[in-house]
This record gives sequence, C-alpha cells and structure tokens, in this order.
Amino acid sequence: MSPNLTLVVLAAVLAGTGTHLLMSRSVIRALLGFVLLSNAINLVFLIASGPAGEPAFIDDGKNGVMSDPVPQALVLTAIVIGLAMTAFVLALAHRSWQLARSDEVLDDEESARIHTKAEANELDGPTAEEEAATIVGAFAEQETSEEREVRE
Amino acid sequence: MTNNLAWLVPLPTIIPLIAAGLTLAAAGRTRIQRAVSLTALVSVLGVAAALLFLADRRGPQVMYVGGWLPTEGIVLVVDRLAAIMVIVSVTVTLAVLTYTIGEGRRSADQDRDEASPLPVFHPTLLVLSAGVSTTFIAGDLFHVYVGFEMLLAASFVLLTLGGTRSRVRAGITYVFVSLVSSALFLIAIAMIYAATGTVNLAVLATRLELIPPGTGLLLHVLLIFGFLIKAAVFPLSGWLPDSYPTAPAPVTAVFAGLLTKVGVYALIRTQTLLFPDGRLNTILLWAALATMIIGILGAIVQDDIKRMLSFTLVSHIGYLVFGIAISGTRGLSSAIFYVAHHIIIQTALFLVIGLVERAGGSTDVRRLGGLAQRAPLLAFIFFLPAMNMAGIPPFSGFLGKVGLMEAGVENGSGVALALVAGSAITSLLTLYAVARVWQRTFWGEEKGSVTVRDKKSIRTALTAGVVVPTVLLVTVSVGLSVVAGPLFEITDRAATDLILRSPYLEAVLGGAGS
Repeated sequence: MSPNLTLVVLAAVLAGTGTHLLMSRSVIRALLGFVLLSNAINLVFLIASGPAGEPAFIDDGKNGVMSDPVPQALVLTAIVIGLAMTAFVLALAHRSWQLARSDEVLDDEESARIHTKAEANELDGPTAEEEAATIVGAFAEQETSEEREVRE
Repeated sequence: MTNNLAWLVPLPTIIPLIAAGLTLAAAGRTRIQRAVSLTALVSVLGVAAALLFLADRRGPQVMYVGGWLPTEGIVLVVDRLAAIMVIVSVTVTLAVLTYTIGEGRRSADQDRDEASPLPVFHPTLLVLSAGVSTTFIAGDLFHVYVGFEMLLAASFVLLTLGGTRSRVRAGITYVFVSLVSSALFLIAIAMIYAATGTVNLAVLATRLELIPPGTGLLLHVLLIFGFLIKAAVFPLSGWLPDSYPTAPAPVTAVFAGLLTKVGVYALIRTQTLLFPDGRLNTILLWAALATMIIGILGAIVQDDIKRMLSFTLVSHIGYLVFGIAISGTRGLSSAIFYVAHHIIIQTALFLVIGLVERAGGSTDVRRLGGLAQRAPLLAFIFFLPAMNMAGIPPFSGFLGKVGLMEAGVENGSGVALALVAGSAITSLLTLYAVARVWQRTFWGEEKGSVTVRDKKSIRTALTAGVVVPTVLLVTVSVGLSVVAGPLFEITDRAATDLILRSPYLEAVLGGAGS
C-alpha cells in the first residue's frame, strides 16, 4: 500500500507549524499549535486507514472491498477528545487573562526565588531568625494599621 | 475455559462513572454526594480485591466488550499487575475522599473563599478514579489513551479548582505538557496501526515481532516518549514540581499517588508485552539514574514542603524505571512492589502535609517550627512515612530498594552497578531532605508569627475527620512491611507472567482466536 502523498505532506506541514506554535509563551498561540497538531494526528490516522473511496460497510457482498472502519472510529474519538481539551484550555486562557491581564505563561514564583538564591550562591538564605523577625515585623505593622482603622 | 466472573472486569470503571453522574445530579446536596461517592469507591475496592484473587488463582480475567474478537473490538484484561494497581489506586482515592469529607466543607478547596462552593469535586474525583482504572484494565492501546484523557480531563479540573491566580498559572503549564504527551502517544498509536493493523495489546505483541527492527524501534521510541513525560522521568520531569504544589492538599495527594504511576504502568506494559527485546533498556537505565539524582538534588534546596515532596516524587520515579529497565523477574517484581509502596507513601505524606498546613497555617518551613511540641501525633505520623520513603529498615521502602539493588547486582553490567550506587546515594539524600524538613518544621523554636496558634486552635484544626483517614493511610503504609512477604510473592508471580507473556496472550487470544 502506498499512502496518499498529499495527506502525508499536509500532516507534516500541520505538525510542523503546530509544534512551532506550541513553543510560544502565548497561551492562545500555543493552543492553536495544539489544534493544528491534533489535526495532523487525525490525518495520520486517515493515512493509516488505507486508500479512500471504498464504503465503510460491506455492500451486500456486491464488491467485497471495504475501507478499514477502525481508524475512522479512532479518529472520531480523538476529534471529540481534542474538542473537549480545546474548550478547557480556552476557558483557562480566559481566566488567566482575567486575573493577570496577560496572555503569557508566567514563571513559577517559588522556583524563581530558589533560582535567584542559587545564583547568589546563598542557599541557606537569611537565617530562620531573621526571616521570623521580618515576618513578625510585617504582621505587627499590619495589625497596627488595622487597629488604626478600627480606631478611626 | 468457561469463566462466569469476567463481568467483574469492567466494574472498576463503570461504578465510579455511574457514581460521578449521580453525584453531579446531586450537586449541592452534600450528604447524598458523600454517601454515593463512599459507597462507589468501597464497592470498587471490593471488586478489585475479588479480581486480584481471581487473577492470581485462575489467570488473567478477560472481558470481550460486545462479544467482538480481540482483533476488531475492545478487550478488557485484568491480570495480577492490573489488579494490584487497581486495588492500590482505589485505596488512596478512598483515603483522600474521606479526608476531604472530614474537612467538613462541601468543597475541597483549601482557600478560605467560601464564595465558591465546589459541588464538582466529588464527580471529578470519581471520573479521575474511573480514568485510572480504565488505563489499568485496558486491553488495547487506544483504550489506554482514552483512559489517560479521562483522568487528565479530571485532573485539569482538580488542579485549577477555585481558579486562583497561582493555580491557573500552574494549570496552564500542566495542561499543555499533558496535551503534548497525549499527542505523542496518539501519533504513536496511529503509526502502530499503520504498521500492524491493530491496536490490541495481545495481537500487537504477536505482530510487532514481524515488522522490520528499524520501524519497530521508531514505534517503540514514540510510544514510550509519551509515557515518560507522564511518568515525569528526567529530562521530561520539569513540569511536575511547578504544577503539583499549588493544588489543595488532598488533590496534590491523589495526583502524586496516581498520575505519574499510570505512566509507569503503561511503561511496564510496553516494555514487557509489546517490546520485550529491551533495546532501549540502557538508555532507560541512564534516564533512571539521572531522574533519581537530579530529582533529589532539587528536593534538598526547597523551602516549601509540598515542593520538596514533589521533587522526591520525581526522584523516586527513577527507582521504578530502574526496576523496569533492568528487565528480569527480580527487578520487575521489585518495581511492582515499589509502585504499590510509593503510591501509598506519597499520598500519605501529602495528606500529612495537609494536616501540617491546617495546624501551622503554612507549608513553608521558614514559617513553621516547633510543631512537635504542640502536635506530637502529627510529628509522629509525618515521621513514619518520611522514614519509610527514605528507606529505613524495616519499612517497605527499604524492602523495595533492597530488591531493586539485588536485581542491579544480579545484572552486573556497569550501568546497573552505577544505578545501585545511585539509588543508595538517593536514599541517603532523601533521608537528608526529609530530616531537614522534619527539623525545621517540628523542632526548634516556635516562630511567633503566622503560626501563632494555641493548643485549642490546633485541636480544632486537626479534627478527627481529617486525622483519622491520614492515620489509616499511614497505618496501611506501615502495614505494607508486615504483609511484604505475601505481597512480594504476588508481585513475583506477576513479574514472571509479564516476562513469559504467554499467560496474557493465551488468556486474550486463546478464548477467541482458536
């Protein structure tokens, strides 16, 4: 069986552009990348199902040839799952934009903090007592301001 | 061989799904939700125990869905490995469910944001459980994929519960990594279908031997790449410690216990059933070594306990890959034992950290201190699983590690011996990491700051509802050492069957093929 060259090229182009977009920091661009990639995969399933044009069901035995129905069932499932995932990512992207007013994937703050500590070569960081002191200080300040508010 | 009990096989998927529907319909009625979820998971636990008994006594249990032949239809198979995995996964899900019920709120959200009651928690957790079970009982690759997607979709919802800023950030990373790994898996399925004309595992096992070795290698690499991302094996592990710690404690607990192990399970199946030639084993062994060492080095520097535990989670995945890639009955058996141990221990630790968060107000060791004085029981139930994870005798972690090391020495190749040394070092570093957290959280001066809480408020924070499930799970984890003998016998038999392959193939193909 020699596969349909058009489908192969199309799948390759979709997968390539999809992968490129997925590398992006922008959530929506990455989502579009995922959509392209999943369509490329769906095409690969079509290629796997062999030559087109035969009926998916046996035709009263008139001509014994039928195309393989299994990949079509698989691709249908994959399309449905892809749709659900896309919908979820869209909702997530919207929520992210609501909260951060940005479409970028943000860095993990805790990870970044440890990274700066490592670069400054002071893994122990400030001692526990110092940290406790600053935290207590911050709380005391907050409390006094609250008290002030209450008094006012 | 007539077998009247094969109808039990799909139940671990069906029961949670029905219960998910019921709890969704009963959204907002806390009591009904709780009753339905508990009943469902307890009955799945019973079914799983029956399945393990049957699989152990009578060989793999096979269900031909709709009566189709394995070449055309869907087959569900439960052998010893699958039954063990279902039992362990349902046990930890049940523990997490009772913990969230014990929290007394309708939502499992740790935020003090009462404005967002989350009636979806129960249905989502049940769908997650169904997805995990589906992956374990699936008899064909595409069904494994569907199981993955079920549990992923549920995990997306659980990870972003409440939709706070940090969770949405973590969720985006997690969702994209999961989508890419699923995409890779799906490409692999499409190519495997193109090469062999089937997705059934048993049929594939016989047909993959016939295709050219080069093509086989390509399919093999594609297939395990997706699984390695899911299992968080270095260098594909960077996503895990960034995304897990932001979720509510019970959610992180169930994620840490189950999600990566599903990838490990798929890896075991691939390496034993589909591609038993072991051509990638050396690379996998190096990956295992890197995962162990780099994971644990990451854990040592963390200040947040949840992040520390996430890094140890990555690190200990290395042990599992070690056992799988060493490819012998001994290694595989220890790996299966270690999976069971690791699922329970990680979940138990994260639940304990949930208690620490309730009692101390934080999971950051810089803000905690002196908790042992005020909550001695909490210190004790952290100490037990922590030592167990580090592999101190006589705990099950020690037994699993000894098994793996013996397998490594038996193998005797240079990389295997390097791994034996690496796993000893990782074990010591794990001990260091948990001791560091232990010392800074439970000993020392109380930080008279965020954690100012007297005994009374600790008692209200640590109600029986949350403490009892945690203590029970810790007891189960300690109990693993007690039942280690019989458990190792079962995993030995499971590993022998996996390497022989014939029991699985005969069970699936024998009934229908002949």
